Amino acid sequence: MTALRGRARLVGDDVNTDSIISSARKRESLDPAVLRQFLFEHVDPAFAASVQPGDILVAGRNFGCGSAMEVAVTTVLGAGIPAVIARSFSRTYYRNAINNGLLPLVCDTGGIRDGDILISDDIGAIRNEFTGETLRPEPLPPIMRAILGAGGLVPYMRQNGDFKL
Amino acid sequence: MAGRTISEKILARKSGLDARAGNLVVCKVDCALGTDGSVPMALDYFKAMGGESVRDPARLVFALDHYVPPTSPQTIELHRVMRDFAKRFGITLHDAGEGIGHQLIVETGRALPGGLVVGADSHAVTYGALNCFATGIGSSDLAAIMLCGRTWLRVPHSIRVVLTGQLPSGVYPKDVALALAGRLGADGAAYQALEFAGPGVATLALEDRLVLSNLAVEMGAKTGIFPADGETVAYLEGRTGQTFEPVAPDPDARYSQTVEIALDALTPQVALPHLVDQVVALEDAAGTPVQMVYLGTCTGGRLRDFHQARAVLEAGGGVAPGVQLVVTPASREIRDAMSADGTLDALIGFGATVVEPGCGSCCGTCGVIPGDGVSVISTANRNFKGRMGNAKASIYLASPAACAAAATRGAVTDPRKVSR
Repeated sequence: MTALRGRARLVGDDVNTDSIISSARKRESLDPAVLRQFLFEHVDPAFAASVQPGDILVAGRNFGCGSAMEVAVTTVLGAGIPAVIARSFSRTYYRNAINNGLLPLVCDTGGIRDGDILISDDIGAIRNEFTGETLRPEPLPPIMRAILGAGGLVPYMRQNGDFKL
Repeated sequence: MAGRTISEKILARKSGLDARAGNLVVCKVDCALGTDGSVPMALDYFKAMGGESVRDPARLVFALDHYVPPTSPQTIELHRVMRDFAKRFGITLHDAGEGIGHQLIVETGRALPGGLVVGADSHAVTYGALNCFATGIGSSDLAAIMLCGRTWLRVPHSIRVVLTGQLPSGVYPKDVALALAGRLGADGAAYQALEFAGPGVATLALEDRLVLSNLAVEMGAKTGIFPADGETVAYLEGRTGQTFEPVAPDPDARYSQTVEIALDALTPQVALPHLVDQVVALEDAAGTPVQMVYLGTCTGGRLRDFHQARAVLEAGGGVAPGVQLVVTPASREIRDAMSADGTLDALIGFGATVVEPGCGSCCGTCGVIPGDGVSVISTANRNFKGRMGNAKASIYLASPAACAAAATRGAVTDPRKVSR
C-alpha cells in the first residue's frame, strides 16, 4: 500500500450514501470530477470546496449506510480523499471502497480530532502526528488485500479474470 | 462441530466449501439484478475490465426502475444504452413501467429457496423472504459477475429473530420491522444475517415476509432470510418451472444472538426523521402534522399494502384537505390487480396522484418530490435527510395503514382509531 499523510475530516456516525452524494445528482453525471463539487452538499455546503487532496475522512459507526450506489465511493476518491477510517462500515460501502482502491480502515476513531494529521505507512498502523497515538486497524482478509493491492477490482479482474481466494 | 445456519448452508452449497461464519468464499450466483441506478456504472467497469462477452446472460436481469419515466436527455440515454446492451447479449430487461427490479425478481420466480441472488441495489435483501440468500452489491461487483459469473462473500454470523404469536388488528409487518430496527439499531446487524424463525413465521403471508426481509439492510444486515414453508411454495407456483431445494437451519446451529418478538404485544410504530432506527410507538408521535403521504416502494407498494391503506381511507372518510396522496404500485402486475379489484379507482377517487410502477418518489430520482418544510409519512424503508429529493423535507416511516390514517387527518394518527 502507498504511504498516506493527510488531514482528518470528522464526519460522525451513520453517514449514509445519500448524504455523501445525493442520488438525484447521479441522474445528470457519473463523472467524479463533476460530482465532487456536491460531496456532502446537504450536510455541509462548504465541505466540497474545503477538501484538500490527501484529506482523510474519519467517521464513527456505520459509515456509508443506505444505498449501495458506487458513486458514493468514486465521488470521495474524485475529491482527492484516499482513505476512510471508521469505527465500522456498511458492508456495501466497504466492498465498493475496496473495489475502487479507496482504503477503508476499521478502528476506534474516538481519539481523532478534526484537523489532526494522520500518517499511515501501510495498512498496518496509523499514527496521529498531533497526539502521537498509534492506531492499529483490523487486518484485511487476503482477497480484499489482493483487490486493493491490484489497485481495485478493474485491474484485479484484468489480471485474474476471476476471483481467487 | 456445531450445526449450520441457513446462510452457512446456502453459501456452502454455492461455493463447494464448508462455509462457516467468518470464512471467505467465492460463489457462483444464481441470478444478479442490475438497475438503471447501477448498470450504467457497471457497464463502464465491465469495459474497463476488458469485458467482451457476458459469461452467463441467462443469470442476469436488468430493470429500468429508478428513472421512471426518464425526465432528462441523460436518463433517456442511460435507458437506451441498457436496452442495447441487454439485446446484444440476450439479457432479460424489464423496461420502464414494468416495476421495481426487486419486485420483478420475486414475481418472475427468479429468487428460489436455497438459492443465491445478488442485486446491484441495497434492497436486494428483499428476496430473503423466499429462503434465498439475497444481498446487495455495487456496480463493480456486478461487472465482475457479468465477466466471470461469480462473487466473493464473507459468510455472515447470524442473528436469530424468533417470532411468536400473531399480529393484532391494526398492526402490520412494517411495525415488526420498525420495532426490530429500533431494538437492533441502524448497524445492529452489520455484516450479519437476520434469520427469521419461530411459530409466528407461519402467520405471515409471503408479501408480509418481503417487508421484513426488505428492511433487514436498514439494520446493516447482509440478508434477512426466512425458512421455506407451504406459503413459499404456494407463492412460487406458476412463477417458476425450476425445481428448488429449501434450506432449514440445523437445530444446533450457532447464532451470535437471539432476539424474540412477540407479535401479539406489538403496537403501531413510526420512524422519526432522519434515521430509520429513530423508532417510537406511533401514539407518542400522534398529532404530528403531515402534508404528504406516500404509498409505494419495494417495502410497501404491494397489493396487500394498498388494500390495507384503502380500508383505512374509506373508514376515515378520505383524504384531509391540504394533504397530497401519492401512490406508486411496485409493479405492473400489482397495478393491474389494483385496477381489477377497484382499489386503483378508489384511491384515485380519494385524490391520489398515481405514478408509473417503479421506485417513484422513494429516492428522489423520479416521481413527485416533497416541498421545502413538508413532512411526509411514507411506506418506504429510508427517511434520510434529502432521501426523497429535498433535504428541506422531513420523512416519517410507517405501515400503509398508518400512512393512510395520517392522510385522513393530516397528522400522524393511530390506524386503529380511524373512523368517520
